[in-house]
Amino acid sequence: MSLDVRKTYKLYVGGEFVRTESGRYDAVESAKKKFLANVSRGSRKDLREAVRKAREAQPGWAAKTAYLKGQILYRMAEMLEGRAESFEKVLRDSPGLSPAAAKKEVRASIDRLVHYAGWSDKYTAILGTVNPVASSYFDFSVPEPMGVVGIVAPDAPDLLGLVSHLAPVIVCGNAAVVLVSETSPLASLEFAEVLATSDLPSGVANLISGRREELVPHLARHMDVLAISDAAGDAALSKQIGQDAAVNVKRVRRYALPDYFSGKAQGLDYIEAFTETKTTWHPIGV
Amino acid sequence: MEAERPRLEFGSAWEYSPAPESKDHVKIEKRYGLFIGGQFVPPKSKKYFQTINPATEEVLAEVAEAGAEDVDAAVRAAEEAHRKRWSKLAPAERGKYVYRIARMIQEKSRELAVLESMNGGKPIKESRDVDVPLALAHFFYHAGWADKLEYAFPRHTVSSIGVCGQIIPWNFPLLMAAWKLAPALACGNTVVLKPAETTPLTSLALARIIQEADLPPGVVNIVPGAGETGAHVVNHPRVRKVAFTGSTEVGKIIQRAVAGTGKRLTLELGGKAANIVFEDAPLDQAVEGIINGIYFNQGHVCCAGSRLLVQESVADAVLGKLERRIATLRLGDPLDKNTDVGAINSKMQLEKIRELVACGVEEGAEIHQSSCAIPAKGFFFPPTFFTGVAQSHRIAREEIFGPVLAVMTFRTPEEAVEKANNIPYGLSAGIWTDKGSKIFKITSKMKAGVVWANTFNKFDPSSPFGGYKESGFGREGGVQGLRAYVELTS
Repeated sequence: MSLDVRKTYKLYVGGEFVRTESGRYDAVESAKKKFLANVSRGSRKDLREAVRKAREAQPGWAAKTAYLKGQILYRMAEMLEGRAESFEKVLRDSPGLSPAAAKKEVRASIDRLVHYAGWSDKYTAILGTVNPVASSYFDFSVPEPMGVVGIVAPDAPDLLGLVSHLAPVIVCGNAAVVLVSETSPLASLEFAEVLATSDLPSGVANLISGRREELVPHLARHMDVLAISDAAGDAALSKQIGQDAAVNVKRVRRYALPDYFSGKAQGLDYIEAFTETKTTWHPIGV
Repeated sequence: MEAERPRLEFGSAWEYSPAPESKDHVKIEKRYGLFIGGQFVPPKSKKYFQTINPATEEVLAEVAEAGAEDVDAAVRAAEEAHRKRWSKLAPAERGKYVYRIARMIQEKSRELAVLESMNGGKPIKESRDVDVPLALAHFFYHAGWADKLEYAFPRHTVSSIGVCGQIIPWNFPLLMAAWKLAPALACGNTVVLKPAETTPLTSLALARIIQEADLPPGVVNIVPGAGETGAHVVNHPRVRKVAFTGSTEVGKIIQRAVAGTGKRLTLELGGKAANIVFEDAPLDQAVEGIINGIYFNQGHVCCAGSRLLVQESVADAVLGKLERRIATLRLGDPLDKNTDVGAINSKMQLEKIRELVACGVEEGAEIHQSSCAIPAKGFFFPPTFFTGVAQSHRIAREEIFGPVLAVMTFRTPEEAVEKANNIPYGLSAGIWTDKGSKIFKITSKMKAGVVWANTFNKFDPSSPFGGYKESGFGREGGVQGLRAYVELTS
């Protein structure tokens, strides 16, 4: 019998699979305490590099047509579908889901991507307005991306949690730096392979594994991060994020979702939360 | 500079006769209490402060200062009014109360305009034609939303939040009260409002209107005071939502203070807007827009066009016109109907403006200033602009909040966009060009919440207003502005 070729689980930064610059790692074990992999323990420098790449990538991504963004998100669903079995295997190993639960989570993740792919060219029409001002102007408001959004993904469900918070942030033209599940990061890091093969421009989605306690304060205080999606479900951490975020008046959205499989874990609200309203007054005259 | 040609002389030969608006119909009381539970009550703090006319330095009245106990009483009154009355009222009836307020402001518009100019220093033509009409329009607009909120938020159940703590600035005292109160009330919330320390009088006049409109006691409570009073409002545990308009510095303190409390927050903070003039712009119109952008309300405007970016090819022409135009601005008595530039709101603000202007000179920018006469009494500062400004100068980066413009030039549209966005603020911007496609291209690249094309400083209750980046978050006005004042469940 030939020996298994094991995967090295790296960070995903600027479209590249990279080891942490810090040279540190955390071992991930299965539910039965069997060694599975050494995962990069990301550092402040890794995070800063990810923000830099995200900031570089964001304007170009925002400028892509809504149609193309939708196709790229749909392509992510296709890539995940094609690799469904290998994702199920990872989820069975860590966090140690039953075969049925692993399958359910992968299916839900695929469906979530398809859901958000369809929003790309629709949310503007619903969130945008033409405002009937009492003067001679064509006055309209459109939702625009915020810029670089930091996402603190929940520990569980690790894959569906990541997808549920990443998709609405990027579909409207933001770039994301995600701190993936701390307790079971393998499926999230594997998801980088989906991102890398879906024509998503490099740097639009960056995945960092590591310890929240160490990394979150740097994310929340970073001057080039304009919003935080806080889904860690940790009240003390949320308070800290809220305080740190004031350094550059970051927008902070806190999520404590009871059920990621529910229809309430998706939809327009999650997109709207990461848009800015821009109002333009255009003169009417001859 | 543009070639010399005959032009109008606005020197001493063209003196205007004074045209002061009468103060006869303005009733100012000697002493004002706090407005809590529908009554004017003496403050438990036992403290009063004087409020003055910044154009004359005369004391207008003594106003009660709300301390911690007073704010607590106001919040409790608001909470009870929310629980027992306001949240139980049929939405259409709630709307009718808000309509009533709009109508009563309209009835008293002359009195309110004069009072606003007396207490804040702004020219009567602005308080009469901008502040008061817009304030009542905000009430009228939002009144109609009261029974239509489920149309604004389909697929959600809409309910009110509860007690809103609202803190407003001194630059548009009545108008900011309207921006805050109208949506809060229409959405079924009750309010504790803190007007700015230097300009409490129109808020207190509004309290009287609210009394006369028979609003249930405690639905609106008004607690004048300074920063300390504001902190009591922000930190009160029974306040469920905080709305603040003011400086970015204080906004950050508030954001830190509410972190982890579960309170909702919207912030409308500072700005340093770029007003971009392209070579194909109608230049005379653009110069009027520049003037309105920076000298409107003495430049005490968070969205003021305080950075002029002018394309190099027309810079000399534009600056020549600007230099001549500021010489024609009439500075003086805010109550005079011919006055363009009134009084600086306070001594403190005047000192801040002077400090930053001195800094501009020191950093090497060239100062251009109107040579208009400055009244002996009161706080005044002449219309000023700086040329030869570098991006790194303090006058190009910091909000001066006064009649001071920093002028920079650019060659390409890309450079204009880069310079305009290269600042932590993102409240507003202006674009001047005759080409429609250019307007849409450039406005789409501005990191700013409100972008005016071939105009500046236009406001409307149906049009969402609010910033990007460090200019704050949340919108005021329009359907988007309702979000801050509703609780949604899906």
